[in-house]
Amino acid sequence: MKKSYLILTSIFFIFIFTIFYLSLGKNKTYNTEDIVGNKIDEIDLELFNDSGLFNTKEITNYNYIALNFWASWCAPCRKEHNVLMQLSKIKNLKIIGVNFKDNHNNANSFLEEMGNPFYISTKDTDGKKSINFGVYGIPETMIISKDMVILKKYIGPLDLKDFKEIERIVKK
Amino acid sequence: MKKVIFIFLLIFLSTKINAKENLKNNILKNLRCLVCQGQTISDSNSDFAQIIKSVVDDKLQEGLKEKEIYHFLSEKYGSWILLNPPIKTNSYLLWFLPYILFILGGLFIYLMVKKRVIEKK
Amino acid sequence: MLSNIGIIFSSSALLSSLILIYFSIVELKISGDKISQKIYKFSLFKLIFSLSSFLTLIAGYVYSDFSINNVYENSHTSKPLFYKISGTWGNHEGSLLLWINILVLFSFLFLVLDKNKNKNFKLLTLIFQNLLISIFFIFLLSNSNPFAPVFPVPSEGNGLNPILQDPALAIHPPLLYIGFVGSSIYFSVALASLICKIDSRSLATTLKPWVSVSWFFQTLGILVGSIWAYYELGWGGFWFWDPVENSSLMPWLLMTALLHSVLVLERKMGLYSWVIVLSIMTFTMSVVGTFLVRSGILNSVHTFASDPNRGLFILSFLLVMVFSSIFIFFRYAPSENKNYKIFSKEFFILLNNWFMIFFLAVVLIGTLYPVFLDTLTGAQISVGPPYYNFILAPFLIPLLFLMTSGPKHRWISSDFKKIFDIILFLSIISFVIIFFFIKESNLLTNLILLFSIYLIIQTIFDFYGNLKNKNINLSRIISHFGFGLLIFFISINSILSLESNFNAKIGEKKNLGNYVINFKKLETAQIDNYKSVIGHFEILNKKKSTIENLKPEIRLYNKPETITYEASINSNLFSDTYLTMSNISDTNIFNIKFQKKPFMNFIWLSVILISLGGVLKFFKIKRQI
Repeated sequence: MKKSYLILTSIFFIFIFTIFYLSLGKNKTYNTEDIVGNKIDEIDLELFNDSGLFNTKEITNYNYIALNFWASWCAPCRKEHNVLMQLSKIKNLKIIGVNFKDNHNNANSFLEEMGNPFYISTKDTDGKKSINFGVYGIPETMIISKDMVILKKYIGPLDLKDFKEIERIVKK
Repeated sequence: MKKVIFIFLLIFLSTKINAKENLKNNILKNLRCLVCQGQTISDSNSDFAQIIKSVVDDKLQEGLKEKEIYHFLSEKYGSWILLNPPIKTNSYLLWFLPYILFILGGLFIYLMVKKRVIEKK
Repeated sequence: MLSNIGIIFSSSALLSSLILIYFSIVELKISGDKISQKIYKFSLFKLIFSLSSFLTLIAGYVYSDFSINNVYENSHTSKPLFYKISGTWGNHEGSLLLWINILVLFSFLFLVLDKNKNKNFKLLTLIFQNLLISIFFIFLLSNSNPFAPVFPVPSEGNGLNPILQDPALAIHPPLLYIGFVGSSIYFSVALASLICKIDSRSLATTLKPWVSVSWFFQTLGILVGSIWAYYELGWGGFWFWDPVENSSLMPWLLMTALLHSVLVLERKMGLYSWVIVLSIMTFTMSVVGTFLVRSGILNSVHTFASDPNRGLFILSFLLVMVFSSIFIFFRYAPSENKNYKIFSKEFFILLNNWFMIFFLAVVLIGTLYPVFLDTLTGAQISVGPPYYNFILAPFLIPLLFLMTSGPKHRWISSDFKKIFDIILFLSIISFVIIFFFIKESNLLTNLILLFSIYLIIQTIFDFYGNLKNKNINLSRIISHFGFGLLIFFISINSILSLESNFNAKIGEKKNLGNYVINFKKLETAQIDNYKSVIGHFEILNKKKSTIENLKPEIRLYNKPETITYEASINSNLFSDTYLTMSNISDTNIFNIKFQKKPFMNFIWLSVILISLGGVLKFFKIKRQI
């Protein structure tokens, strides 16, 4: 009797400790695994320079879309801009930029200085539209397929590793 | 006995639900601010929280129900954003284990003291 | 310089602790009933060394000796002296040193004060204590050294997080650690009494003063933490079910259970093993809390800078601690006397334990479930206040009822009739009030209110009854009275609180029911180590035509660069007005949060009453001895 209690208690604590141990090395911040595989909503976005709207339904016209959220006030956006320029050269992929809560003039001079990688440029002045895409922090990039399914989502600036990964996804 | 019934009737009658007034605040309190380490949207001053606040406002204006707003946000951000985890397969234990333990504890005490209790003078 | 002194002092303390373990083990085998002088001597040495190392660190902070890395990272010359001192324990390393010092102090006090005649029992307790002390010192010196030097010596420090520059937060950690660490005494006592087969009566007398003292400090520590959160974090709440708060609550629940079950232990063999288990669990929970807070496996507002290595160390320590306790318990636990009888009073105390353990389980499950789920399946969920409120609140009703009837040892007390009429009267009044003045209420809150009133009235009756008999259990009455008041005021507060979130520009007025909020002007100020944007608000109460002026601030601290939002609180006896503002970036619009929080002061007061019971109990025990 006593022995079985001992074994049960020990197993219980070994289980707890194993979990604690495993969870030590894990990254505890928000990740995007839940979102991958969802379809994005049909949303109207304002065009960046002209009056007029871009509806996300039009994504179905292209093979692959990279939806990039950026702003001129965000320092990491500057860092990833080169990668975006590289991405814009990939044939199968079109980049749609969403200028997030930004001053129009600042944003324009940012693009003049750094180059414009966007096939279509849109803006979200008050940041509310971006909630529909699950935007969490700028910059953010989503790779979206022809049928509007999110294939991959990057939070934070893109780097060369991400570039290679995107290249691989798009080649299929 | 009549008094007991009367009291409970009173309590029951005094239960009022005024939904509109506090609905927005309640919703904001049930949402986690993703960028600020365990604060609720209602408590947070961050940019992200401000946007979510006005989006919730808009959705309420559009006539969405509380549940629909939660659904909308959890679709975009995952269930991480909900502080009140919905009951699904991965949260059965979370919701029911406490009650199971409570019953087991009661049972244990009952078995332990059965026949042992004596009234003290 | 100070860096080396500090390391020497703490190493000496570690060394004396190791020597003490050796001496104690040797002395276990020697017959006789006196503990030898050299044990007292080395305990005193250890205490002096350990306190000196702590004072050295404080000196480092006071004189801003930036050759110590810890001081460099957490202090700044421009900081006021008070916060320089409190900054000592405002970080992981320093607070660990404080923790150890309390541990050392407590084991010294135990050696000097405990009157137990059994020599080997005392020696064993000291051995366990010194093992804990040594392990923590090794942890301190190897992984979290507060005296680690930095070279070249920087000329200026990084400064303390402004959120932590606060009087409440200066005393919060010491209070809490006295509670946490106090529980180490009953951990060691429990293990030692198992091995020495101490009888239940003397175990109870040994435990009682330590339990009531640590419970008292833990209660106050939690209170001070809540008050701090209330006015500093700017959310207008005082309890957020945050993992860090939970880890201070979990030992508290166990202490409360222990406080009650020790009463039974005094007279009966029945609960011997249970009290031992509770004692072991309480300290284990304190360490688990430390692990959760400092390893970074949880997301929380109050996190210490975390480091997986640190987590690994605490986890290994926990592992050794838990498994040696399990081993000792199963090896030495006495077979229970099957023929004991339980008085009905003791039965009610068991019910208290039932609820405390249940509350503990809920808090523990809520805190750990996301971690477990994430580790096992990768799914991320959040468990927040709605979960705890939903599960715990209904159980307050039977708890309040038990607290009322338990001390009378009867389900229904004799002056039930009298009280019943009062309740009837009160519920009619509250019904009228709720019906006409309150916009929202629900059945559950109403019931909780009613039962808390029942408890309050019953304890008042008890008080008078006992006063007549001259047999007064003041500590119980005050604590239960305080708990009744606490629940009562929290419920009232939650029903009557007003809250409104809106955006406004300077010069705008906003109508909110009874109140008009006027955003008059904005002012900027440059103060020592921060820039401040101060909003001037005028709040008009239309009914009473009174005006309150509130000035919430947005502060931009420079060292380290941080933005904080300072709430402006106008605290009156019955109600607080609470205002926070935050800027919406790139606009001239501000987000304003206006709250009316009734009875906040009464909530704090109730907790003070609860803790007062612990003090009274302590002095009562002292008198008995």
